[in-house]
Amino acid sequence: MRTLEQTTQEILDLASKHFNVPAGSLAPDDDFFKKLGIDSLQTLEMLSRLENHFGIELPDYEVQGVSNFRTLASRIQSRL
Amino acid sequence: MKSFTGKTLRWQWRDGVIELTLDHAPVNEIGSVVLAELEQFTTACGALGEDAAACIISSARKQGFSAGADLKELYRGASALPEKERLAGLRGFLERIHAVLNALDAAPFVTIAAVHGVCFGGGFELALACDIIIADKMARFAFPELRLGLIPGFGGIPRLKRDLGNAFVRDLLLTGRSVNAARAHAVGLVAQLAAEGEVLRVARATAAQVAKFDGVTRAAAKKFIKPILHGELRREIDLFCELFARPTVMAALKKFVESTDAMPYLP
Repeated sequence: MRTLEQTTQEILDLASKHFNVPAGSLAPDDDFFKKLGIDSLQTLEMLSRLENHFGIELPDYEVQGVSNFRTLASRIQSRL
Repeated sequence: MKSFTGKTLRWQWRDGVIELTLDHAPVNEIGSVVLAELEQFTTACGALGEDAAACIISSARKQGFSAGADLKELYRGASALPEKERLAGLRGFLERIHAVLNALDAAPFVTIAAVHGVCFGGGFELALACDIIIADKMARFAFPELRLGLIPGFGGIPRLKRDLGNAFVRDLLLTGRSVNAARAHAVGLVAQLAAEGEVLRVARATAAQVAKFDGVTRAAAKKFIKPILHGELRREIDLFCELFARPTVMAALKKFVESTDAMPYLP
């Protein structure tokens, strides 16, 4: 079972890889909309990548209002 | 005519396979121009007759197959009209899109939706009219209409019910959530999964396979296994118009159209 810290780090790594942001430049409390410069459709892409990576389903209403990686990780953690 | 290039889509026929490519920014929203060109397409398909074995519908837009109905056009058109004319115009649009999708649904050739990215609302309904849905593993499907106080209006519920278990249909419809391609494949909505960027190649291979078979048998098999639910489709139009008449819908559409939120499709 992953810890919340591990899940958060995996999200940061995945976001860095797929949205062309230098590794290590993202932090758990960053606003991912601002930091990654993504819109609603790219957010859905990120959701799909997270679901595929963690092998879970994360309904979009669970991430409504979520904008930082740490909270996103806690939502994912509750589905692992 | 064996090829066509319009403002929002293009198609060409080659070796028995028609390829219809949606290409309307930003993500193939279905409004009056797309509808008119889809009508031209279905008319042309009727003339191709037995020369067509399969048809692939795909999108040239990077973000996906289709984000659904053009809600901006719907809102602006509707808000400019008195209520009675608004509903008459809406019903007319629905009748026309239903005629297009019913024609596609019952076409004598095999229809393949090659889906990537977002496949929402009316775009999802277009895919559901096809015989086979092939999805890129990054595709997502949703019926977000309840978030606006509406139900899907292009035949979505009857066609989804035809293909899938009612429990999954309720989950999709009543939560408005989007599901990924793996889940859609697991429940039987998506017939085949493709790797990222490979969906058109997989669709072409599938079209080439079905084109090998006898046309009369292919059409007979399709007609036998795929009933067109005319009664339910009619009732859907009536219910959609009934719901649209409530002021809450125009208010929700206004909020959506004017939203600058990062995720405006979420109420």
